[in-house]
This record gives sequence, structure tokens and C-alpha cells, in this order.
Amino acid sequence: MELKKPAVAGTLESSDIQITLQPNPNGGIRIYLQSDVKALFGDAIEQTVREVLNEFGVANALVNIVDKGALDFVIRARMQCAVCRAAEIQYNWEKEGPHE
Amino acid sequence: MSETKLMRTSLYAGGTSPAKMIQAGFYNEDCIVYDLEDSVFGEEKDSARFLVYNAVKYQRPKGKYVLIRVNGIYSQHLEEDLNAAVRARPDAIRIPKVEYASEVKRIDEAITAIEKAASLPVGGIQLWCNIESYLGVLNAREIAQASPRVAAMALGAEDFTASMGAQRTKAGWEIFYARNAILMACREAGISAQDAVFSDLNDEEGLRQDLEMTRALGFDGKTCVHPRQIDTVNGCFTPSEKEIRNAARVIAALEQAAREHTGVCVLDGSMVDKPMELRARATLAKAEAAGIKMWRKI
Repeated sequence: MELKKPAVAGTLESSDIQITLQPNPNGGIRIYLQSDVKALFGDAIEQTVREVLNEFGVANALVNIVDKGALDFVIRARMQCAVCRAAEIQYNWEKEGPHE
Repeated sequence: MSETKLMRTSLYAGGTSPAKMIQAGFYNEDCIVYDLEDSVFGEEKDSARFLVYNAVKYQRPKGKYVLIRVNGIYSQHLEEDLNAAVRARPDAIRIPKVEYASEVKRIDEAITAIEKAASLPVGGIQLWCNIESYLGVLNAREIAQASPRVAAMALGAEDFTASMGAQRTKAGWEIFYARNAILMACREAGISAQDAVFSDLNDEEGLRQDLEMTRALGFDGKTCVHPRQIDTVNGCFTPSEKEIRNAARVIAALEQAAREHTGVCVLDGSMVDKPMELRARATLAKAEAAGIKMWRKI
């Protein structure tokens, strides 16, 4: 999936995360992360970001992240929103299968 | 959902704030309502939908009845809201501003179609209908029975009084008829009756007075707009020790009369009739649902 424009999702409030997504003209995924808990959770945050990009089939993106202590479900939600906004698509809820 | 599941308090948590959504899970409310409607601005509807979906799916608070309030029946956001909400699998979806039974049927059909498409059990998600206009009140009986999914109706007093051209007062006489009409429709349908919010967060005494009316009329619960209202509202719907003891004595007297085949049951010089028995059993059921076990030992 191709990102068409820069997009932002999330806020700088506590427990939230602000994600700015834009097309990467040089190709590939580049992630820039600011977080007070980067040393502890930086890898986990980046993993969730990459998972969501992978689920959407996004191969080229610049991802700027300002984390304010977001839990994983918040990171996932903000990423999904940012991708839909940047790609100018409506989310396909049908790909969300049943869960336990 | 079990029949004794408590629905004394439902607290709204706006779908835009992760902090408030997380915090809401730690208060004492029985029901938590993740909101996609009034608390979310138009340009953030998509963002809130993702947040609520992921919160319910991955961070669901334990021991609470979980609802998602979607946008209105004629809103452009409803279809996508339902797609997300059903797949998140809350206990119920709360529908704002319901006015006709046909609207509930349409929502029921839409939910069923999504459940089938997602291979989810059909009928597993309940509906709470917010009644917020004179049309909704006039059609409350039909709305309550429009679908087996309907588990509760709730009065939205601010919008209702606006639809009437009435003024909202703390005494609440302008919503007295609406409260009773909704209550009777709920009783007829055998569903939960939820009272309107008390909006003045700083008026604790006003809330207590409003709750006296709420409880006296027979409501099962009340929506809270702020966590600080929760304990007061829970207290209103939780039987007192004296009420529990009296109820237990009524049941014990009935059981003794049955054992001794006396035919008529008398307690403290008064005959115990069917309404007394029903009230006693309802009191004990509420106490048990609230985790109070002492009545068993009385």
C-alpha cells in the first residue's frame, strides 16, 4: 500500500502516542522514536509499529513517534489511524476476524 | 449476561483519550461506556473508532459490563462504527436518540449481518437504547420490544427536554412522565431501566435528592458523567443492611409457612403477600449481585 500524504494521529497527552507518517521517497521503513521509556520499551513500540505497517502492506514510510507512555493497544490504534489517513483509505474491517 | 448482573452505574469514557479510557477501568462503575458519539469531534471519529476497538479487544477491563456508544442512526459514521463495535465484541452497543422500533430493527439486522460475516455468534451483542425525545418516549413500548437484543433503555433528559421545549430543572418534574413511561415500557419488556444523568458535578446533595426519585420510581441504574458520582449512585441501588435483614426475614417466614403447611404466612402481625415476596427476593438478588453475602446467614 502506498502512502499518499503526511498524516498525524494521536496526541501528546499522557498515556497517548503521536505518530506522524509520511511517504519515504528513498524507500523502506525509517522509524524515529522519542520516548521517556525508550530504553525499556523502544523495541516493543517499534515492533508494534512495524506489525501494523506490515498488516497494511506499507513498505515505504517515514515514521516519527512521540510516545507519552502509551500501552500497546493505543500504539496499534494510532498507527492504524495514521496509515488510513496517509493512504487516504477507509479501513477494511472485514479483515478483523473473530477472536477469543 | 446473567440476570443478576449489576447495572447500577454506567460511566462514559470518551473515545479520544487513552488516559481516561484506562482510568475508567479502575473505578467502581458496573458498566463502562466507550463513547464514539458526543464526546468525539467530527475529524477525530476515525481515530476514536480505532482506539475504542483496540481498547475493547485488547485491554478490556475485567468484571465490567462493556458498552460502545456509536454515532446516531442517521449519522454517516454509523455503518463503520457498527463494523468496528461488533468485531470488538462488547456486551452491548448503546444507540443514541432512538425514536422508532423500526430503527432498532434496522440496527439489529446490521449487527446480525456483521456477526455472520465475522463468524461471530449471532445475537451475542445486546442493545441499550437511549430515549432522548418525546417521540422516543411515545414509542418506548415498541422500542423496548423491537428486538431480543434490547437489554436496557435509558432516558436522555437534556435532549428530551429540548425536544419538548421544556426547561431542565433539578426538581425534575419536566421528565417525570418520561421517566415513568420508559420504566413501564422496560418492565413490560423485562429489561433494565436506566435513569438520566445528573449533570451538575459539584452538587452532591442535588444528586442524592435526584437519586431518591430514581430509586423510588424503580429504576435499575443511572448513567454517570463523572467518576465522582459513581459511589453515590452505587449506594443508592445497593440495599441497606436493614433492607436485607427485612427481606431475609420475609423469605424465612415464607419458607417456614410452607414447611408447616399453614397456608397463610404472617410476619410481625402482617400477612406476607406476593408483592412483599417479590420485593424481598429482588432485594436479596440485588444484594447478592453486589457481593453482599450476609443475608444467607440471617
